[in-house]
Amino acid sequence: MRTAKLQAGHVHMVFTRDGKSMPVLDDISLEVAEGEFVCLLGPSGCGKSTLLSTMAGFLSPTSGEIKIDGEVVHGPDPRRIFVFQERGVFPWLTVEGNIAFGLFHLTAPERRQRVDHYIKMVGLEGFEKAYPPALSGGMKQRLEVARALAVNPDMLFLDEPFGALDSITRLVMRGELLRIWQAERKTIIFVTHDIDEAVQLADRVVVMSARPATIQQIVNIDIPHPRDISSARYLELRDGIFQQIGLAHKI
Amino acid sequence: MNSLAEPKKWEKIFWPLLATALLLALWHYAVAFTGTKIFPSPLDVKNGIAELIRKQVLWRDIIDSLRRVAIGFGAATVIGIPLGLILGWYPAANKVVNPVLQILRPISPIAWIPVAIILLGVGDHAAISLIFLGALFPIIVASVDGVSNVPSVFRLAGRNFGLGPARLLTQVVFPAALPKIIVGLRIALGIAWLVVVAAEMIAVDSGLGYLVIDSRNSGKRYDLVVAAMLIIGLIGLILDTGVRRLEKLKSIRWGFRDES
Repeated sequence: MRTAKLQAGHVHMVFTRDGKSMPVLDDISLEVAEGEFVCLLGPSGCGKSTLLSTMAGFLSPTSGEIKIDGEVVHGPDPRRIFVFQERGVFPWLTVEGNIAFGLFHLTAPERRQRVDHYIKMVGLEGFEKAYPPALSGGMKQRLEVARALAVNPDMLFLDEPFGALDSITRLVMRGELLRIWQAERKTIIFVTHDIDEAVQLADRVVVMSARPATIQQIVNIDIPHPRDISSARYLELRDGIFQQIGLAHKI
Repeated sequence: MNSLAEPKKWEKIFWPLLATALLLALWHYAVAFTGTKIFPSPLDVKNGIAELIRKQVLWRDIIDSLRRVAIGFGAATVIGIPLGLILGWYPAANKVVNPVLQILRPISPIAWIPVAIILLGVGDHAAISLIFLGALFPIIVASVDGVSNVPSVFRLAGRNFGLGPARLLTQVVFPAALPKIIVGLRIALGIAWLVVVAAEMIAVDSGLGYLVIDSRNSGKRYDLVVAAMLIIGLIGLILDTGVRRLEKLKSIRWGFRDES
């Protein structure tokens, strides 16, 4: 096993709403290695996004702790960028402006160079001066990924980033994300409720139960990229997770 | 004309012109029919405007009114926006100040005239402070509202990129709230233009409001009264059009539903 980038140790999360306490995360322990691509997979509303927000430092766990590079996470950090669905891009800034947003500590030429590099990487050439309302959903999503990558983080948290896209764009975006991940070797934690998406992308799939979320099973996806999604091994792994989720629903 | 069809270019100009012409005709014949000696006909008003321009008082009055609005509205903008941003940003502060704001807000700026005159005397200061008061509240309210409606994703994204509170306020919260703030500025400028006329009728002896009341008081020149009224309306329209232009800026218009 490679060195642990992220360690979640006995993370519990309890929300209090209208005086009632609602357990959302129940004793989550997980290690993610440097450079690994991990999918958190679970039914809608199970608490996987809450877990991701906790890892990103937007929320503090009720008990337990999350360590990244051996340090306890106390808040958000530009070394780890959270990518929302495409609504996370700033509509008052151009494509360039959005990508340059986190680069305020750089000199103008350095900033220029980074912006150009990532505009090319996500294929938004020709749209430098465009505002997000003029972009399609897929382009906005690529823009948000570019904005995240531009600050050169070592981790990316993606919260159902392709959930709002049509199925064709979603497939294209998965391919692009893998290409970027292989080029930049970031540690990626990716939340999804789409089993196929998880098996296509991840090194490991963390299957979570309905609320309060527990880790049901961690599945190693031992198929090299590019993955043949009609191969016997792919279907076997996918169907295994299907059954796992089915069981989780029966309980 | 079908309500869905895009009107042709000449129609966009023709119909409003026709409506205006009909209104002028109605006015003209109503004056002629009733045989009133007091209320001026459109032609009298036109001559009135020509007379005002000839005597060169008109420009001075327009400039005086605009100057008062510029100072009062400008001060309300410079103070109101930061105040509103801060109140919106710290809900606890807003809870403390909000009751006072809500009591002061519905008081017509006109009701402040006696107080303004006691405190500042008859003159520019009183008039400008009334405009300031009238414009301030809509700007504060719009700014608070704008900030509290900023989607949390924007704030979280801003914090994620390592922005401190000051940067977060100026680079995320302010631009995100700007469309709402612009709406507040538009309302405030409209109010400022209403208030300047009222204030000039009482507190000063220049400006378009003074022109209205002075034309009546010195010789019941109702042709000049109506002429001044029309000019007030026209300038109000120009000011509003100016602010509407701001709403069309690309960094702002995303916030308006028809331009998503």
